[in-house]
Amino acid sequence: MDINMTLIGQSIAMIVFVWFCMKLIWPPILAALEERQKQIEEGLAAADRGQESLVKAAAEADEIVNEARQQATGILDQAHARANDIVAEGKAGGVKEGERQLDAAKLEIEQEANRAREELRGQVSAIAIASAEKILRREIDSKAHDDILGKLAQEL
Amino acid sequence: MAAEAGHGPLTSGEYIAHHLQNLQACKAETGEWVMNIGHNAADICSGNPMAINVDSMFWSVLLGLVFVVSFRGVAKKASSGKPSKFQALVEIIVEFVDGSVKDTFHGKSRLIAPLGLTIFVWVFLMNLMDLIPVDWIPMVAGAAGITYMKVVPSTDVNVTFGMSIAVFFLIIFYTIKNKGVIGFIKEMTLHPIAPPTKGFGLIAAPLIIAFNFVLESVALIAKPISLSLRLFGNMFAGELIFILIALLGVYQLPLHFGWAVFHILIITLQAFIFMMLTIVYLSLASETH
Repeated sequence: MDINMTLIGQSIAMIVFVWFCMKLIWPPILAALEERQKQIEEGLAAADRGQESLVKAAAEADEIVNEARQQATGILDQAHARANDIVAEGKAGGVKEGERQLDAAKLEIEQEANRAREELRGQVSAIAIASAEKILRREIDSKAHDDILGKLAQEL
Repeated sequence: MAAEAGHGPLTSGEYIAHHLQNLQACKAETGEWVMNIGHNAADICSGNPMAINVDSMFWSVLLGLVFVVSFRGVAKKASSGKPSKFQALVEIIVEFVDGSVKDTFHGKSRLIAPLGLTIFVWVFLMNLMDLIPVDWIPMVAGAAGITYMKVVPSTDVNVTFGMSIAVFFLIIFYTIKNKGVIGFIKEMTLHPIAPPTKGFGLIAAPLIIAFNFVLESVALIAKPISLSLRLFGNMFAGELIFILIALLGVYQLPLHFGWAVFHILIITLQAFIFMMLTIVYLSLASETH
């Protein structure tokens, strides 16, 4: 347990080890630690930024969807209006056409009726003449009444 | 209880004395280097101030190299990416030391943190040798012809003193560096009692200065002495108890286990205390009033 040169030896050994540690061990390890701390810090900051932009993007997406929905509603309304227009237009066209055809039919019917009336008139006068002839033939001679019959035929 | 082959069983006293004897080398009176190998050679070097405790030096330097090489290996590959398991362990220790230094030492110094790390790990490793059963290495050494082998360097007062003296010179260096030679002398002489500067009191000033000087010198020298003796005392006592437990034969096992578990706490704590006090002393030395 006595003090001897070991003391000096140990002191020298300690100085050498401390010097070595100071030069070659401590700086790189601490540098790595600090580097990693910085990286973690940056990573956390990046995560925060990502979160933020995610929220922003979600809001933007909502906005876009809303806008699209509004547009779609607008388009739908327009389409309905256009369809109504077309239907109304069609109705109006139909009515007009119907009236036109009705008029044409009426005209034709009238013409036909006139023609039939003319024909009928001819036939009736012919029948009247024929029947008058027969009556007259039985009664008396036709000469006495010829002038009256002629007048009748002219009147018809 | 170990029995040396061919020399019969040892008595308890001899066994303990054998375990507490360092392997020493010194220059004999004949002028040649001798070592205390072989029986009846125990005190061939004892009391010789030029002797060297070969075992203490060997184990302390070996453990210092273990520290330096393993930590250097990590330092060389240190990356900020995913650390390996050993790198993580080293980083935990480094951060622990760095935190302790930053809590205590408020100046800027490139030396103190690495000094604290070296002291902590090295002292811890030296103390850790205490947990190796006391007979293992001495028996192997004995079989190789080396009679004495003390494997725990921190149970050698020379080792602990050697370290604390290096710290002591650092304390003086830092005091002078931060306060100047004048500041150092002032600190040694003008505290704790400020000498009078005028009037009749001037007569008493030299006396007060002398008194201050004695007081401050004791306080200064007490630092390395308390530092080294605390570590030495704890480790020596622990080692001695391990040796005494080893004398019990088979019954030593539960006792040894209990004491070893308790000792894990002591070796860590002592390494931490040595580091912490070194930092505290150096921060006191660089503190300006």
